[in-house]
Amino acid sequence: MQLKNSSTHFGLIAVGLHWLVAITVFGLFALGLWMTGLDYYDSWYKQGPWWHKSIGIMLFFIVITRLCWRLLNPPPAALTSHKPWEIKLAHMAHLLMYLLLLTIMVSGYLISTADNRAIEVFGWFEVPATITSLPKQEDIAGWVHLILASTLIGLVVLHAAAALKHHFFDRDRTLKRILGR
Amino acid sequence: MKLPTLTTSLLIAGLTLGSTAVMADDYVIDTKGAHASIKFRVQHLGYSWLYGRFNEFGGKFSYDEKQPEKSSIEVTIKTSSVDSNHAERDKHLRSDDFLNVAKYPEAKFVSTGYTQGKDGNGVLKGNLTLNGVTKPLEIDVEFIGAGDDPWGGYRVGFEGTTRFAMADFGIVKDLGPKSKDVEMTLSVEGIKQ
Repeated sequence: MQLKNSSTHFGLIAVGLHWLVAITVFGLFALGLWMTGLDYYDSWYKQGPWWHKSIGIMLFFIVITRLCWRLLNPPPAALTSHKPWEIKLAHMAHLLMYLLLLTIMVSGYLISTADNRAIEVFGWFEVPATITSLPKQEDIAGWVHLILASTLIGLVVLHAAAALKHHFFDRDRTLKRILGR
Repeated sequence: MKLPTLTTSLLIAGLTLGSTAVMADDYVIDTKGAHASIKFRVQHLGYSWLYGRFNEFGGKFSYDEKQPEKSSIEVTIKTSSVDSNHAERDKHLRSDDFLNVAKYPEAKFVSTGYTQGKDGNGVLKGNLTLNGVTKPLEIDVEFIGAGDDPWGGYRVGFEGTTRFAMADFGIVKDLGPKSKDVEMTLSVEGIKQ
């Protein structure tokens, strides 16, 4: 398996970034839902958000890297067996997932920095606040964060279902390709 | 010792007048000039006091120095204006774990009676509506001062304090055994209308 994408195959970097983002998104979604329902005296009450924010900020850098890599090294062409509407719909879903990812991360950042507090990332560095004190900033950003995260998970389920459809019904290489084969 | 005598005679004069027509004076709480505040404090883990306030509220009261027992007050608080100087905490306080501001955007205190001691301090009785629950509540009132202001008006100010269990108003989020009660301080300066 090559590092770079070819005209027919995904390379290791694109495959790795895809699955890194996928696993992180599921983890952050579950952690986010779980941590906001914890008891005040739970030992994770403070730790949960700390991990969620630290991982979320790192994910932002990973997604930016992934988008840059995608521009430098475009993905292989769609399989010839794919119908035009499938290709169009898939591209739209991919674009929407990137947009949702970025908006979710920005809205999360806007919750925690609404009062000019910085976000600590694993104790390594801090991300300073920029946009602060908008009316109801933390409430609106929080609402957007939850709604769009749920939307993203819904879209990911569709995306995965489509991949499984290609694998089991159309019996093509779509799913295998993103596994690097 | 002339002052009490003077007060007494004024009081008698007032009562005499009162038998014909005593109208308590109406005051509007000076939120415009921010000479009023509603603060609260809750113990954090039993180790310290966490302070917060409500930035948006309004109200009016009527007060007659000669017949203080006829005083009444009504204060409405916009619950979404809760401010504990921490956006993430304020967001949590506005959620249905605490103030449930989406469902209950207003909290309200309406007095039902007032008894004043000789020192001008007193106890205000009334009903507090918070988180959709209305319950009787007593507020200890300290008279701070009254008189003409430099701009042609007349002002009077009080400070009220009270303490209640949050669970009494349906706020059941467990913050620990030492953090079940909230103390509230209401500082008001009224401008006579």
